[in-house]
Amino acid sequence: MSGEKLGWKDLEIGAVVTEPGSASAYKTGDWRSERPVRENEKCIKCGICYIYCPEACIHEDEEGYFESDLYYCKGCGICAHECPRDVIKMVEEVEE
Amino acid sequence: MTKGKIVGLEGSFAVAEAVRMVNADVISAYPITPQTHIVERLAEMVADGELDAEFICVESEHSAMSACVGASAAGARVFTCSAGQGLELMHEVLYIPSSMRLPVVAVVANRALSAPLSVWCDHSDAMAIRDIGWIQMFAENNQQAFDLTVCAYRVAEDKEVLFPAMVHLDGFYLSHVIEDMVMPDDKEVTGFIPEYEHPFVLDPERPVSMGCYGPPFIYSETKKAQEVAFENTKSKIQETWKEFGDVFGRHYSPVEKYRMEDARIALLTMGSSGETAMLAVEELREEGKDAGLISLRLWRPFPFKEFRDAVKDVELLVVLDRAISSGMGGPVCSEVKSALYDKRKKPNIVGFIGGLGGRDIPVKGFKYMVNRALEKVKAIERGEEIETEMIGIRE
Repeated sequence: MSGEKLGWKDLEIGAVVTEPGSASAYKTGDWRSERPVRENEKCIKCGICYIYCPEACIHEDEEGYFESDLYYCKGCGICAHECPRDVIKMVEEVEE
Repeated sequence: MTKGKIVGLEGSFAVAEAVRMVNADVISAYPITPQTHIVERLAEMVADGELDAEFICVESEHSAMSACVGASAAGARVFTCSAGQGLELMHEVLYIPSSMRLPVVAVVANRALSAPLSVWCDHSDAMAIRDIGWIQMFAENNQQAFDLTVCAYRVAEDKEVLFPAMVHLDGFYLSHVIEDMVMPDDKEVTGFIPEYEHPFVLDPERPVSMGCYGPPFIYSETKKAQEVAFENTKSKIQETWKEFGDVFGRHYSPVEKYRMEDARIALLTMGSSGETAMLAVEELREEGKDAGLISLRLWRPFPFKEFRDAVKDVELLVVLDRAISSGMGGPVCSEVKSALYDKRKKPNIVGFIGGLGGRDIPVKGFKYMVNRALEKVKAIERGEEIETEMIGIRE
């Protein structure tokens, strides 16, 4: 059950959460004001962005390129800052 | 009907006996005057095998309470104690067991707060932690310190309660004073405390997350749930005291009354000064003043109904605060005024601050307060504003 729908009487004692790993449902992508956009033709597949991502939301695809899971990416920009080939640009999120 | 044998014991040792008899599993505390004897005695009991508990030595009160939170979350019956600056260092963590609904039991040997450095008694430390969400009781003598500690476990661990509970006893006045008291048999006390079972404990077979992040969409709901549950603890506290009285012959109420049947003037105290105030009431009665005494036994949750009932026929309520809410007067006086604000018929309330940092308030101090309050009432009737007075101060 989504936490947004819970009333105060629905909570377990002490607001204990009984579903293991349920924090993964929390969409930290909502915090983002800028999103990472990649130019993969410049990418050397070094994986530095993957290593540095504090949210651990960067995954390697079948071809060995890396992509950010925007459900979790908070837009911190560390990947763009650390990329040695300037592959990643942080682009402002705009309402569509 | 009181069961047990009469012994002479200082308040600290009485508390340690209570903790031993309820078979605490985990004790974590950092020694600080005037609480030291409690934790030293317990350490001795564990070392000597009198109490089968884990004694976790820590480097601070912050860690002591943190260890208690963890142990309680694992399902242990826990105990800690502190005083003054130590309680303040513990402050941040005090909110955790109440919001996580962990029945930690703590005893505080009340002490003034620095500066200047004072190890002596007042209620500044207790008043600084009014809003932590713990059940809080005040003991008037060593017997009560023992009895209330035993009751604190039964209340806190009750499935319908599951809140931490704190017993306040005045530092030195009780913690270091040997009084005679009735010490019940171990078996009687052990039998009074049921097996403790929390519905959620840290268990790999049944994983739960405790103390989770609460974003704006859920934080208010958690506080509503906590507050409703906390207010509901009062009936369970009263029920436990009733059951304690049935077994041990000593009866406790959220608001204790002394000679209040026909009283029009009431003194209000908390802690050990109540016994001195009783003597003052006797002398005032001999002088023809219809005085009585109210002692707040239960401080949190505040016993609104019982307090309002206790003062319903009182014309003058004289409140002693052993702490200052700087810029506001006495904290207890502010609270009792607020508790009566909605009542059409209410007494004049005159507050005094005294007994700070170990300053004694003798019988004549309480008589002074009553006589001075009668003068202040005349000033109120003349339309003058009155201020909280600090008593016993040299000019």
